[in-house]
Amino acid sequence: MEEVDVEPAVTNIPAAGQGKHLGFAWGPGGILVYETHHQPKEAKGPGSPYIHEVRKDEDIYSPILRKLFNESHHIFVGLQTIRDELPSKNKKPQFVSVSKNYRSIIRACMEELQQVAVSSQDAEVASQYGDQVSILLAIELIWNLCEVLFIDAAPAGSLLLHLLDWVRLHKADVDEKTREVLQSESPAEHHNYWDVVVSYVLQGRLEEARQMLVKQANIQPAARNMYKLMDTLLSKMPFYNPSGTQTLTEFDVKWRHWHEEVDRCLQDNSFASSQHLETICKILAGDEDTLLEQKDLLSTWYHFLVTRLLYCHPTVKPTELHYYAQSCLTMFLETSAPEPLDSILLAAFEFDIHQVIKDCSIALNNWWFVAHLTDLLDHCNLLQSHNLHFGSNLREFLLLEYASGLFTHHSLWQLAVDYFDHCPEFGHVYLELQIERVSLDTERKALKVLRICEQRQMSEQVRSICKIMAMRALKNNRLGSALSWSIRAKDAAFATLISERFLQDYCSKGTFSDLDLIDNLGPAMLLSDRLTFLGKYREFHKLYGEKRFTEAAKLLLSLMMAKIAPRSFWMTLLTDALPLLEQKEVIFSADQTYELMCCLEELTSSLNKTAPSPDQPMQDEDIEVTKVELLRLALARNLAMAIVKEGTVEA
Amino acid sequence: MFVAKSIAADHKDLIHDVSYDFHGRRMATCSSDQSVKVWDKSENGEWHCTASWKTHSGSVWRVTWAHPEFGQVLASCSFDRTAAVWEEIVGESNDKQRGQSHWIKRTTLVDSRTSVTDVKFAPKHMGLMLTTCSADGVVRIYEAPDVMNLSQWSLQHEISCKLSCSCISWNPSSSRAHPPMFAVGSDDSNVAYGGKVQIYEYNENTRKYAKAETLMTVTDAVHDIAFAPNLGRSFHVLAIATKDVRIFKLVPLRKESTSSGPTKFEVQIVAQFDNHNSQVWRVSWNITSTLLASSGDDGCVRLWKANYMDNWKCTGILKGDGSPLTGSSGQLTAMSTMMGSSLQSQSAINGMSAGRYFFPALDSPRVGSRYGHLLPPPSLIENCEAEPIQPPPQPQVQIYRHPSRALLPLPEAEGL
Repeated sequence: MEEVDVEPAVTNIPAAGQGKHLGFAWGPGGILVYETHHQPKEAKGPGSPYIHEVRKDEDIYSPILRKLFNESHHIFVGLQTIRDELPSKNKKPQFVSVSKNYRSIIRACMEELQQVAVSSQDAEVASQYGDQVSILLAIELIWNLCEVLFIDAAPAGSLLLHLLDWVRLHKADVDEKTREVLQSESPAEHHNYWDVVVSYVLQGRLEEARQMLVKQANIQPAARNMYKLMDTLLSKMPFYNPSGTQTLTEFDVKWRHWHEEVDRCLQDNSFASSQHLETICKILAGDEDTLLEQKDLLSTWYHFLVTRLLYCHPTVKPTELHYYAQSCLTMFLETSAPEPLDSILLAAFEFDIHQVIKDCSIALNNWWFVAHLTDLLDHCNLLQSHNLHFGSNLREFLLLEYASGLFTHHSLWQLAVDYFDHCPEFGHVYLELQIERVSLDTERKALKVLRICEQRQMSEQVRSICKIMAMRALKNNRLGSALSWSIRAKDAAFATLISERFLQDYCSKGTFSDLDLIDNLGPAMLLSDRLTFLGKYREFHKLYGEKRFTEAAKLLLSLMMAKIAPRSFWMTLLTDALPLLEQKEVIFSADQTYELMCCLEELTSSLNKTAPSPDQPMQDEDIEVTKVELLRLALARNLAMAIVKEGTVEA
Repeated sequence: MFVAKSIAADHKDLIHDVSYDFHGRRMATCSSDQSVKVWDKSENGEWHCTASWKTHSGSVWRVTWAHPEFGQVLASCSFDRTAAVWEEIVGESNDKQRGQSHWIKRTTLVDSRTSVTDVKFAPKHMGLMLTTCSADGVVRIYEAPDVMNLSQWSLQHEISCKLSCSCISWNPSSSRAHPPMFAVGSDDSNVAYGGKVQIYEYNENTRKYAKAETLMTVTDAVHDIAFAPNLGRSFHVLAIATKDVRIFKLVPLRKESTSSGPTKFEVQIVAQFDNHNSQVWRVSWNITSTLLASSGDDGCVRLWKANYMDNWKCTGILKGDGSPLTGSSGQLTAMSTMMGSSLQSQSAINGMSAGRYFFPALDSPRVGSRYGHLLPPPSLIENCEAEPIQPPPQPQVQIYRHPSRALLPLPEAEGL
């Protein structure tokens, strides 16, 4: 592959050029640039205090083009599934129809852009949209030709018919002119009349040409025979019918007969009295000079090519195309240099797919076209058959570029995910790198990103997103949200930390926040010991509230006995037991009371061991002592009652 | 590409570093004026300065964000021989109303005896770790064991590199196959001291960092260094800013199972560009490492891209046009408004240049024009012609400078 050296694009930054440096920082969808000096000692003056945000083209920000991206995404995803469903030989019609779908959305988009451009009051917007229209027109023109040559791969005979359709579709201004002519008072005398007739003939639209000629014949009764003769010639011109029974050879013979007839008319000077009819006859005969005289009507070399083929080589084979294309280009352009579009089309006629793709990526300002076309061509197995060993890499390379571009957009990034999914080599890594950069502005957006990662088993990204969200919620004192995110992240350490905060809050305020969450922890509770305790402790409160005292008491005790409750929290738990101990009926059994006593003693003995700090106010200590005294009393009384009750039942 | 927006940073001296946060919604700037500023991007894409404070008693060289898993945390390093860690705290409602945020200093790292030249957070899977390097040739790795208490940092490793250090880069690869690894560059210009880029690797057994490799071919002063994201490859890619831009591939050699020493690498040079003519000061990769940017003594930022055959070439140049915007804080509002509107019109022109080159006939609908058939309906054309032609205030758009260029390589071709 030869590398055409393309000069890098220069973007000017409003900053000092010489003697200063430009600093930069990569960001989403662009780069920040600022004036600086990396050797501060040499710096003269503070420099410009501006930071410049440099971005690429704004295509993806145009709401209409966004539709193009959205809709082509559906087609793309659909195309990826065709591969498996059908045996390969049945796929061609499918691929052609996919190609047509792509083209139809280009057309729809183009029409919409045009309407907006026309109705826009803002000249700048209008010209911007107008430019986009012209780019889309070119894209559609190239795509259509690729469809004819590569995807449909029409054989000799049909090939020309497809090319004719291609030219007719992209040179529709004839119809506009016709309308103008027909609407005039006397169409046959309209100054565009002959242009229309000749244009029809150049496009092989002979029926329409004949209808137009009738109008002329009617006002020239003297020349009726001559018009009659032309009408016969036009009506007799054979067109190949691919679905008919006629073979290509039969068609060729028939066409040659007709061609001889045209030649005879020329030799007989049958149309000598009408310059226009003479011209038409010469066109039918395929006379190159006459065709080239119609440059204005043909307007492009590829129209000239197709017309020339129509009247000289209607059975042209795909392999011969490049020869005619090259010569038509040279004849038509004469000395002027070919434009990028010319080169791309010529490369297509030469069946140099790679060159087409390459030139398009350089000349067009977006990856949309090359990525989708290359993907389609790759599905048609065309990249391999053209001996491009990097076939699938080229496809993936372009899709990755396109999808990465989408990722910089605040809503289109979701489309990019599917493109990455269909890039077997680097798609997954790219998705990992890109998706973790999607800013998690809201919980909803975070959940959306999370779902995408979960579906693809991207566990590291899932964990990271949850951690970010948990940290953010914690910093904003939204404990409930922080807890649920850290549970999702399966981050035990963080869950412990947040549970601790919940318990602290409870101790100071006496109530729990985020009850819904804590009540419905379920198995998530097991993530960390402290979280388990939080959940269980809240369960105790619920049982207590529902006056299910026995169950509540049992749970409370088990929290201490199973060492689920942190030691620092035991006093709170014992205090919670106090009202249960003082109920009229016995709730804690004798055994349970012993255990409670045991807990209290364990706690107080450990408290005594640590010498009371001199800083601690006496008041606090007094309260603690009173609390312990009260507990001891309540436990003793409860034990007495329990023994009595248990003795009574047994007896 | 085009300048979409110019932000009046309002630093009173040279800006040394600008750093985006992980999600690209915030940025931090630092300057010789000893301050750091934090900027937040609003819904409509405008940047607002939400905090500005004096951070050091010398020029602030670099500012960098910790991963958001650790909250909103910044680190800065300075000529004043220190590095500092800053944390944003959710402020009083008053501050929120004013759109201001509070940053408090969590720690000052004072171990260096010379200017701290670079500061980087380690990859997040290693925990909250901060690395500094300094002119005295020492790399220091600090750790905050409790991410909820950022006032406690312990110096975990002190690695002497023997040469004045200018830059450091962690290998972002988090694969289990690669132990933690970083590269450090030296701006010592004495060629006789040998390789100026050293690669260090963590050894599980000794729990120390050991030198794995010195890039012997890089003997000139190194100013910046950057590992590329790994992309699941078996090798590492490292970009170096020295007297030219160099891209190296480090291919780990198969380790003998008995050896406990650091990994050995086969070092391959992938690309080398001297387009900056002289010293290159910064190199940096985009998110997926498809593009490398470098800035150098020629006053340009150059963008480098590999095609699918791994051929690297320059695809874009950002260049000062010699007309720096100036402005003092007093006239900022007026300035930015002016910039906003004029740049908009330029962007429309510049963004569309492709179309114009591709279809030169769009705004000259002559009868019989070669591209006449590609023209939109007449109504549209009239509208186009009605477009007032505004000469741009600055000659920023390339088409005005090189009207004869047949084909403009496009921004997207750079995949920015």
